[in-house]
Amino acid sequence: MDKIVISPITRIEGHAKVSIFLNKDGSVNTARFQVTDFRGFEKFCEGRPFYEMPSITSRTCGICPVSHLLASIKACDDIVAVNISRSAELLRRLMHMGQLIQSHALSFFHLSSPDLLLGMDADPSVRNVFGLIEKYPEIAKKGIMLRKFGQEIIECLSGKRIHSSDWLVPGGVKNPLSKDKSEKIMANLPEALNITLETLDIFKDKMDNFKEEINNFGNFPSYYLGLVTSDGGLEHYDGKIRVVNPKGKIVADNLDPKKYYEYIGEAVEPWSYMKFPYYKPLGYPHGVYRVGPLARLNIVSHCGTEFADKELKDFKKFGTDGIVQSTFLYHYARLIEVLFCIEKTKEILEDPETYGNNVWSKASVNRGEGVGVAEAPRGTLIHHYRVNKEGLVTWVNMIIATENNNLAYNKAITQVAKKYITKKHLSEGLLNRVEAVIRAFDPCLSCATHSLGKMALDMQLFDSEGKMVDRLVR
Amino acid sequence: MGIGVIKLKINEQEVISREGDTILKAAKEHGITIPTLCDLDGLSNFGGCRLCLVEVKGSPKLFPACTTPVSNGMEVITDSERLKKYRKMAIELILSERIHVCSVCVANNNCELQDLANKLGVDHVNFKRDWNTHDLDTTHEFLVIDRNRCILCTRCIRVCDEVEGVHVLDLKNRGKDTEVIIDLDDQWGVSKICTSCRKCAKVCPVGAIYVEGQPISQTRDKKIAEFVLTRRQS
Repeated sequence: MDKIVISPITRIEGHAKVSIFLNKDGSVNTARFQVTDFRGFEKFCEGRPFYEMPSITSRTCGICPVSHLLASIKACDDIVAVNISRSAELLRRLMHMGQLIQSHALSFFHLSSPDLLLGMDADPSVRNVFGLIEKYPEIAKKGIMLRKFGQEIIECLSGKRIHSSDWLVPGGVKNPLSKDKSEKIMANLPEALNITLETLDIFKDKMDNFKEEINNFGNFPSYYLGLVTSDGGLEHYDGKIRVVNPKGKIVADNLDPKKYYEYIGEAVEPWSYMKFPYYKPLGYPHGVYRVGPLARLNIVSHCGTEFADKELKDFKKFGTDGIVQSTFLYHYARLIEVLFCIEKTKEILEDPETYGNNVWSKASVNRGEGVGVAEAPRGTLIHHYRVNKEGLVTWVNMIIATENNNLAYNKAITQVAKKYITKKHLSEGLLNRVEAVIRAFDPCLSCATHSLGKMALDMQLFDSEGKMVDRLVR
Repeated sequence: MGIGVIKLKINEQEVISREGDTILKAAKEHGITIPTLCDLDGLSNFGGCRLCLVEVKGSPKLFPACTTPVSNGMEVITDSERLKKYRKMAIELILSERIHVCSVCVANNNCELQDLANKLGVDHVNFKRDWNTHDLDTTHEFLVIDRNRCILCTRCIRVCDEVEGVHVLDLKNRGKDTEVIIDLDDQWGVSKICTSCRKCAKVCPVGAIYVEGQPISQTRDKKIAEFVLTRRQS
């Protein structure tokens, strides 16, 4: 069997390579998404005090430290057995809105829009954010502005844009939000909203050019999993887990996120450092489910804000039974979520309870175990700790948003490879399509495996004896 | 010249000091800054951190300013390329000995070691780092000791002994294995003589002893510590 390797994948967060195995006749047999680094957070956190966990585990990722902070701090809330005040919850939610906006803006504008706007087959030396700045300076500028808006929310609350770990504390948040900072966020809100609406229009205009991608980019049935509000609306911070099948039927609802281990299993394969979570009732490897923006919009009945709800209706037209299954449409879902987050930011800032002073309920270890679940930009994020009676961590398990999609990645790239690779030869555009389908998921592999590094592209093609017959290095 | 008055030069500047005073004290009184970590006004001198090393004309050796008494005609240099090199090295050696990860430390942005490292331009540790872990004790109701961050300045031991007067804290072992212990190496939570006065947390220059759940910026104020200590003495 022949083998093609793309290593590493570019314009994603983290290290990975793709190996494509060919049949004797040159057609694609299977493709594997391999994550090649290991970081070991679950091990080296052992022995640390539980309240240090948010600042340690948020270092898994520089893109969504806030989501890690929230999942971690919720696990800590659980350990100290405290219900946080509504003001603290609103402030945490607000911070997460900032996180989602900035991360989605980064994914869409900085990482993926070069493919979408410059074309999949454009010269790779210009098919990046700098090429975008040259050709579409206005769009690039808007992308940067939107990301800045998100980052500034985080900064206003915690004093820092990245790794602002000491503002969130077990039992709430350290300081309330001042009115002047809230006004600062409010002042930039209309612009952010406009940028998002305009971008949605541009994206929808371009959608016709990508009919082929929509049909072939990981367009496969899978289960969808995520948090929803009590009335089935879009949720990122709290709520219950809902699982929906490929036909749009809710197969499990109101699942307690704290008992994730009852319905999510974790399998390990020898060829990747990323684990393979699966939906337990379906078993491994059949329990493929997807998380993230696409999954979230698939499982909810509504978003809960005006513009986002309107857009959700258009979005659902791309699918049947309320389920949109093309991975390419993660991009669309991401933009709708940005819209939702901006509207939600406004809602939170207009709520008088946001400005309450009672934001920190202090307590010490009251429970030996804690689970925290939040919807990170890339999907459901789970932190689970066990501590001894002095509060030192004895055991850690983390299921990172990106990991949940692992089985789906493999399915998606196999589909793309089958469609675009027919000969034992590698072309640039083809490579990029394999990468682009991964990029559509917006994986964060530094999170999922807890690794760190810079990107390049090296794709290798092996024949059935394992001899390299073709290679492309970017 | 009266009895007990000492005349010396610090950085070419004529300085008048008292007999028995240290170079560090003389320098401080004349507004000359010498970097220190283990020194704290109001506590006895220890001479452990070696940050305050100075040159004295006529001797090839370096002297710790905090323990070297002044003498007549002494010519002291507090800042030179050689001293900079050694001070930087001293910080690197401290950093190499334990696990100092600022980003997840409670004392981040409120740390004397971090400030000094920044000031002296320490951007790398050129020594092999020891990643062996030391015990962390969270058994006390609110005081925590994380020996992985301890720089063995003994401020906590001295304040516990000399100011609070209970001498709960002390050292065990030697060299890099040295550790601050509670009582006769017991857990903090079972100590019957600790008065939970928090002075150890107030004077710790790093994140080794702190009050759980409180921002270090609130629990640690060197000025307050110095005020309490010096007032008590005068």
